[in-house]
Amino acid sequence: MRKSIIILFFLSTLTGIFYSCQTAERIQQDAYYVNGRDLYIKHCQNCHGANGEGLGELAPPLTDTVYLKQNKAQLACFIKNGLSAPVTVHGKVYEGKMPDLNMADIDLAQVIVYITNSFGNKQGMYSTEQIAADLKKCK
Amino acid sequence: MKHLYSAACALLVSSALFLTSCKEDKKLPVYGLRETKTIKNADGSAGVDTIYQTIPAFKLLNQDSVYITNDQFKGKIYIADFFFTSCTSICPIMHRNLKTIYDKFQDNPDVLFLSHTIDFKYDTPSVLKKYAKKLGVDGPKWQFVYGPKDTIYTLAEKSYLVAVMQDSTNRDGYVHQGFLVLIDKDKKIRGAYDGTNPEQVAQLMKDIPILLAEDHKADKK
Ligand code: HEC
Repeated sequence: MRKSIIILFFLSTLTGIFYSCQTAERIQQDAYYVNGRDLYIKHCQNCHGANGEGLGELAPPLTDTVYLKQNKAQLACFIKNGLSAPVTVHGKVYEGKMPDLNMADIDLAQVIVYITNSFGNKQGMYSTEQIAADLKKCK
Repeated sequence: MKHLYSAACALLVSSALFLTSCKEDKKLPVYGLRETKTIKNADGSAGVDTIYQTIPAFKLLNQDSVYITNDQFKGKIYIADFFFTSCTSICPIMHRNLKTIYDKFQDNPDVLFLSHTIDFKYDTPSVLKKYAKKLGVDGPKWQFVYGPKDTIYTLAEKSYLVAVMQDSTNRDGYVHQGFLVLIDKDKKIRGAYDGTNPEQVAQLMKDIPILLAEDHKADKK
């Protein structure tokens, strides 16, 4: 009994240390992720699905981790300005049309943090400053 | 005491039986306008008959550019809705949900699907065909139809009781309700479910077998 109390105490101290060691960036990323999920449900889920599975050949899935990594700098442009050039996702060509969603930079950052850290993706933080820089380079 | 106990048991069992038997006889309501008509019974006395609203005759071009009419749905139940292919708001959700129902009843020839486009400018049969293929439902079971504005809008509002309209203030140019309307073998409206609401879609999924069973019973009579 005593022993287990000691172990419990030890473990909780450890987790306490672990959490306080979390960097400020990680905490901000989590906040972005949570807000990004709400934005995703509101603006994207109808086409891309609750699990990023897409909709037939009408909307591509967001589960192609390689695609999302290679095109990370373009994602803000896709969402802000829309997309109609064919895209190849999971080896399949999609010739649809995504509307321009014209979101604010902060919203773009949040929704991109959400999609690039969900559905099998794990790309970490994406800051609002980075969005502004990437938007300047839209094709 | 013991008697009381067994009596309570019996009551419980019989009420359970009663409840389940009630469930089997469950019938879906009939929606829409109705009127009564005085009729002459076989024995010459006067009686009253109820006439329910039904879907009127129609003739519309489908995704294969072939005219279809009510005959396509003769003796079948079907689910009808109104949408347009470039819709970026509720249509993808409606058709994502309707597709799961389609998949579930894929092998049942008595369940059909009918989607009307309200975009009479752009959604020609070839556009509808492309859309159907991309949704993954290429075949006669799910018809996508195109028609003149008046025809489609009147069908929607007067017959299927779904509000649709052109709206230049909306970014897509059209607004409409996302109802999935369940029609029986006699062309009567038996349900309207919000195709964007998961619970109502689940209810539709449950109501289809009830309607099918009802029709089978009527056949035997
Ligand atoms: C009206 C439907 C629709 C909505 C809403 C929509 N998309 Fe898309 N999305 C598409 C289509 C269609 C494509 C493919 C475009 C093409 O083929 O050129 C696409 C492509 C993409 C791509 C690149 C391809 C891929 O699958 O990785 C990303 C990333 C993306 N969308 C993210 C989003 C995000 C984030 C939102 C919400 C902010 C969103 N989309 C909202 C339909 C939509």
